[in-house]
Amino acid sequence: MATQAKPILYGYFRSSCSWRVRTAFALKGIDYDQVPVNLVKDGGQQLTEQYKELNPMRQVPTVKIDGVTLSQSLAIIEYIEETRPSPPLLPASPQKRAQVRMICDLIVSGIQPLQNLYLLQKIGDEKVSWAQHFIIRGFEALEPILKQTAGKFCVGNEISMADVCLVPQVYNAERFKVDMSQFPTIKGLNETLLTLEAFKVSHPSCQPDTPEELRA
Amino acid sequence: MHVSLSCLTKPILYGYFRSSCSWRVRTAFALKGIDYDQVPVNLVKDGGQQVKLTEQYKELNPMRQVPTVKIDGVTLSQSLAIIEYIEETRPSPPLLPASPQKRAQVRMICDLIVSGIQPLQNLYLLQKIGDEKVSWAQHFIIRGFEALEPILKQTAGKFCVGNEISMADVCLVPQVYNAERFKVDMSQFPTIKGLNETLLTLEAFKVSHPSCQPDTPEELRA
Repeated sequence: MATQAKPILYGYFRSSCSWRVRTAFALKGIDYDQVPVNLVKDGGQQLTEQYKELNPMRQVPTVKIDGVTLSQSLAIIEYIEETRPSPPLLPASPQKRAQVRMICDLIVSGIQPLQNLYLLQKIGDEKVSWAQHFIIRGFEALEPILKQTAGKFCVGNEISMADVCLVPQVYNAERFKVDMSQFPTIKGLNETLLTLEAFKVSHPSCQPDTPEELRA
Repeated sequence: MHVSLSCLTKPILYGYFRSSCSWRVRTAFALKGIDYDQVPVNLVKDGGQQVKLTEQYKELNPMRQVPTVKIDGVTLSQSLAIIEYIEETRPSPPLLPASPQKRAQVRMICDLIVSGIQPLQNLYLLQKIGDEKVSWAQHFIIRGFEALEPILKQTAGKFCVGNEISMADVCLVPQVYNAERFKVDMSQFPTIKGLNETLLTLEAFKVSHPSCQPDTPEELRA
């Protein structure tokens, strides 16, 4: 395992996809460097030719690790899981692993892409109600799923990738003024997770590129 | 690790002939040689059977989407979660390479399609967009393929990643079908186009194709 250079994360303080990777690094105790990519300033720093070479989709996060360049937060997290297996972010049994991945995918494919910055810029004036619609739709599905799967964490009593994906999505929900009282299981899990160190250090309020007015 | 003892009943796939997410799972089953039953859920008829049969289907899949799979006594949704489960419980032939770096490349390609393209042009979204839906779908497919083309130029051999078939190939073919359906000019993506042509010659992609499913309408049958 090539661990000569520290991993580098190209991300944005408030990008939920970047936050997922920051949390995974923190849970695994992996030290890494951050290179902020401001999605709003200068028309969006992710749109430069330079960044496009790193990530042709022109999104964050991108990670350089062990001599490879990877994009897509879940692909990055699964790679980290396979190469640094301890502590684990997936349960042992295939059925529980599938439940974890199902929850991750519901968020990562079924909610977040429908309310990310790029999409909301295309939607224009209706963007808040649009974002609320897709978050609520997704959470209305996630709530009964989590009622079945959750123990102390999203799936049983061990932390997993599902928890890593959940917290940033709840942050987005709150940012778009979704009433979280209708999703008590999600709300409760989120509150538990936010007490954990890994979720605190990776929080948008305390990143190198967090603007002063949003710092914790 | 096999769960052969709990393969007492055949898996059941709740899907739709033209749903690319359902097609991915059909292909994975075919590549693994897994026999399964299909229960068609028509996304359009009766106002959308997954919506119309609201309570029934919603209990199966609270997101009210396809596919849903019942397998080994569990009910799973989300095509990649299903495929990763199949991969872990029926490892042969493999749909992921051996090395972690190549596995990450496969997953990156899958995720680009499954999170970065398809959800932006699925039926639900296009119904919300309304009149502009064709140009909307084209926009997001082209945007995604413009990123995927250089990635695949780097990773591809005979297949998306090297010379072994993987989940990336499973995700690619349905997305190209969608591109063609929305009249995207595929000649601007020669790597994607070439891989798709190769893959469509394989039996697993033929038997899982939308043109020959139990619920394929007569006028669209091969």
